[in-house]
Amino acid sequence: MISVTIIIVLGIIMIVAGIVALHLKNLLAAIITAGAISLLASVIYLILGSPDVAMTEASIGSGLTTIIFLYALNRVRKENKDD
Amino acid sequence: MIKKILIIFAMLGLFIVFLPLITNFEFSQNLSELASKYVRGSVDELNSQNVVTSVIVTYRGLDTLGEVTVLFLATAGIGFLLKKKNKKSKKRVASEILQTASSFLVALIVLLGVYIFTHGHLTPGGGFQGGVIIATAFLLLLLSDVNMKFNHTILQVVESFSGAFYVVIGIIGLVLTVGFLNSKIIPLGEYGTLFSAGTIPIIYSLIGLKVGSELTNILDTMRGE
Repeated sequence: MISVTIIIVLGIIMIVAGIVALHLKNLLAAIITAGAISLLASVIYLILGSPDVAMTEASIGSGLTTIIFLYALNRVRKENKDD
Repeated sequence: MIKKILIIFAMLGLFIVFLPLITNFEFSQNLSELASKYVRGSVDELNSQNVVTSVIVTYRGLDTLGEVTVLFLATAGIGFLLKKKNKKSKKRVASEILQTASSFLVALIVLLGVYIFTHGHLTPGGGFQGGVIIATAFLLLLLSDVNMKFNHTILQVVESFSGAFYVVIGIIGLVLTVGFLNSKIIPLGEYGTLFSAGTIPIIYSLIGLKVGSELTNILDTMRGE
């Protein structure tokens, strides 16, 4: 029962974070929010009993994708400055 | 205004479509026929503790080969489309804390990645997770030293060797036993030890090396110059 409550709370936080990430004007903050959603999703997978998927989600979703988005944002900013 | 109403209607429609998933949901106590065959076969036939790994590497091995190919194509596309600029831009030197911590942590993170993909058949995790963890170690190197340059020849050799050897193992399975990527071509060993489960640890190590080198390549290309 406790795990179900935790999952519901985490799910609500994820939905709110998703909406916030859409409406944030600051792109850096939006990228970090999107990474946090993946981190919460990995916690949910762990509670549901699938550590394999949780590891993939934590490492790829919240780690690598966030970094790649940050690099992409950096490149876009640089190219905008050059024009 | 109309746009917002349409969005709300679309969301309501999705809610109604997915409502049966919540209301009609039942916990099934028994595994389906296929699932129980996989669970039993993983222990009895393949000697692998981690059922997920034996499904990914052996029972659904062709899908995993496809996934690895997709990742390879993505890497090739990024490398092709994003050209490096040779323009000199001022680089900020990393802080002392980051430099000291990264020189200490990189080896440990690589070791963790290697542990995860070599123990894929015993504990949760496997080639993809281990490869990503190795790539994050190299990311730490890139962040701490702005002038860091990777040897792309080594990355390419590791990547193509592991990819080719993966396919070769699959074809050996086709020739010696009954199926492509069959893991029973070498002795299965003792259940629960590191050298068990046939070719599963070998294949997962190859996948780990391949994913690690590809993602390092992506990070290096995205960083630009």
